Amino acid sequence: MPGSIGCPLAHLGPRFCGKIVEPVNPYLPIFVMIALASVICIAMVSLSWLLGPKKSTAYKESPFECGVAPTGSAHERFPIKFYLTAMLFILFDIEVVFLWSWMTVFRGWVEKGTPSAMYSFWAVMVYMVLWFLGDFYVLRSGALEWEESKTLHPEKFGKAVDEEAPYVQPVSEDAA
Amino acid sequence: MNLGDAPLTPAPIVWEPMLPMIIVFVTGVLCMCVEMLRPKQTNNLIVVLSLAGLAVAGALIVLDWTAAVFHQPPSEFFGVRFGGSPEEAGGGLFIHDRFGQSVQLILIASTFITILFSEGYLRERRIPFGEYYPLVLWSAVGGMIMASTRDLMIFFLGLETLSIALYVLAGLNSKEKRSQEAALKYFLLGAFASSFLLFGIALIYGATGTTHILGIPMLMNHASADPTAGKILIGGIAMVLIGFGFKAALVPFHMWTPDVYQGAPTTVTAFMAAGSKAAAFGALVRFVGAITQPELIDAWLPALAIVAVLTMTVGNLIALAQRDAKRIIGYSSIAHAGYLLVAVVAWAHSRGSIGLDTVVYYLGAYSITTIGAFAVLSLTAKAGREGTQLEDYNGLWKRAPFAAAAMIVFMASLAGVPPTGGFVGKLLIFKDALDQDYTWLAIALGINSVLSVFYYLRIVFAVCVDEPDERRSQFAKPNAGMLTAAGACALAVLAMGVFTSAVLQTMGLSLPAESGSASRSVAQKP
Repeated sequence: MPGSIGCPLAHLGPRFCGKIVEPVNPYLPIFVMIALASVICIAMVSLSWLLGPKKSTAYKESPFECGVAPTGSAHERFPIKFYLTAMLFILFDIEVVFLWSWMTVFRGWVEKGTPSAMYSFWAVMVYMVLWFLGDFYVLRSGALEWEESKTLHPEKFGKAVDEEAPYVQPVSEDAA
Repeated sequence: MNLGDAPLTPAPIVWEPMLPMIIVFVTGVLCMCVEMLRPKQTNNLIVVLSLAGLAVAGALIVLDWTAAVFHQPPSEFFGVRFGGSPEEAGGGLFIHDRFGQSVQLILIASTFITILFSEGYLRERRIPFGEYYPLVLWSAVGGMIMASTRDLMIFFLGLETLSIALYVLAGLNSKEKRSQEAALKYFLLGAFASSFLLFGIALIYGATGTTHILGIPMLMNHASADPTAGKILIGGIAMVLIGFGFKAALVPFHMWTPDVYQGAPTTVTAFMAAGSKAAAFGALVRFVGAITQPELIDAWLPALAIVAVLTMTVGNLIALAQRDAKRIIGYSSIAHAGYLLVAVVAWAHSRGSIGLDTVVYYLGAYSITTIGAFAVLSLTAKAGREGTQLEDYNGLWKRAPFAAAAMIVFMASLAGVPPTGGFVGKLLIFKDALDQDYTWLAIALGINSVLSVFYYLRIVFAVCVDEPDERRSQFAKPNAGMLTAAGACALAVLAMGVFTSAVLQTMGLSLPAESGSASRSVAQKP
């Protein structure tokens, strides 16, 4: 539809607006863009590497961290709670995905009065009950609390064992 | 196809034969609720609850065998048929037959005995999580699903239910590096094997157009089938066999076994060695039963036979060099997978002229023996630490003579010494292998049995003969649960050896249902 939308290149003449006989590969501009970008990048990096003065000091060699001298190691340990929260979120996501896909079909079934509608409803209810039990379990076991885990209760060790030997860290026998 | 427009009606569901599975699952949920309600109390209520649930489930299966309480003939259920005649499309999401029920019973018994000696061990190891019990129960449900289906997607579902719980259980002792290592190794390699299985399922689906494994013989019987489909099928079968081979610890895929068996808590190892293996072989038998077309059998049976010999030989040879009791039993379990595979190969080769009784009998004898052995091995756990080197067991016969005596029975059964279930099982495998002209397999089995005696004797010597080093030996006081578990296992192993014919008759797998028409009506074969 050459006439319906104003061609932005109309002032350059009829050659640029709807008169092209040979179809141009629509990806050509992207390839040109990639080629240009790589040429410019390679040129900038290699030219500054070739022409620039090289006076390296220990301070220059250190990693750049907002202009401040870096401290400590990058291999830092951070709490496992983050993973736990992320995992619980993924589980929640999966639950929603299942519910969503069921819901879209269920709606059609209810409107048509398909006999499977009630059946599938109760099946999903069983599924949801199990999910809620799991969610309660997550709350109850303190998985969402942001402090130390309280899952391991020393009360569970029982009397007989607890008195004669307090909890000792199991010794790793890797050295042996 | 738009499912919203399809005239889908609920498939007639027969719940009764699935009751054992449902009971075990619901028991797990109830155990979780108990843990939720009283997280600071001892786990005794959870233990009693899980044992009761398992007992009811097991009793239902035995009752169905003796009195047919389910009022259902052996059949397939849940058949959602997408076109085609019933014989072609088949059901098979759930199968109610003797083989599936036998494997389910083995799984239930394994879980029961494992839970019997778990609580004492977990307290000694300072890992008294109440979550342990629901996880073991759900894992068992996964195994039960695997043994009673003929649909590849349900195989996968069962396998994942079994595995994911086991990954968590292997790392339950999170304070110890070895347990962490076991969990991570098992998880990464298990996920890798699962992807093989899934890709194999995808290829088989691509070739046959159905996830039901009887689609394979249907395709091969079809004269005008696309030859490319056959080639895709070969690749798919290979990948599914790899997936099951990993779970069953067959040799090229056995690398995880010793490390995971050593690092996981001993009770979990016991369940893994018995329950997980039973489930994997249940699924393997179902799958191998579907690839009995001549073209496929020529390709797969020689390969499986070689894998069997490799499995038993590698397992036994490496076990000879081990000094850690749990690792020895781990390698021994690899070797036993090889023996079992001989039985599976002979059964597949016979195409219905011999029954599945050998496989199930051996699986049962092996599972009970191994769990009993692990129950005795768990005695070195005391006050948070556990030594599993052979020297750590020196002097056990003084501290716990009954457990040591039971250990002798278990080692005799694993080695195949006459009055035990292990001996009769090996005899049955010999008979089947010779019957199907697999003389070389039988010879390999014999040589390997002799080899294995050496390291089983080593455990017996460590437990019963060697004098203890004062510094070393540290045993927990044998509690009632552990003694019951070891005693029951020892009795069962001896009883299986003495009353063999009664056991085989109760299982009812000795004679195939119809031997004449077996090659044609594949739907009747497990």
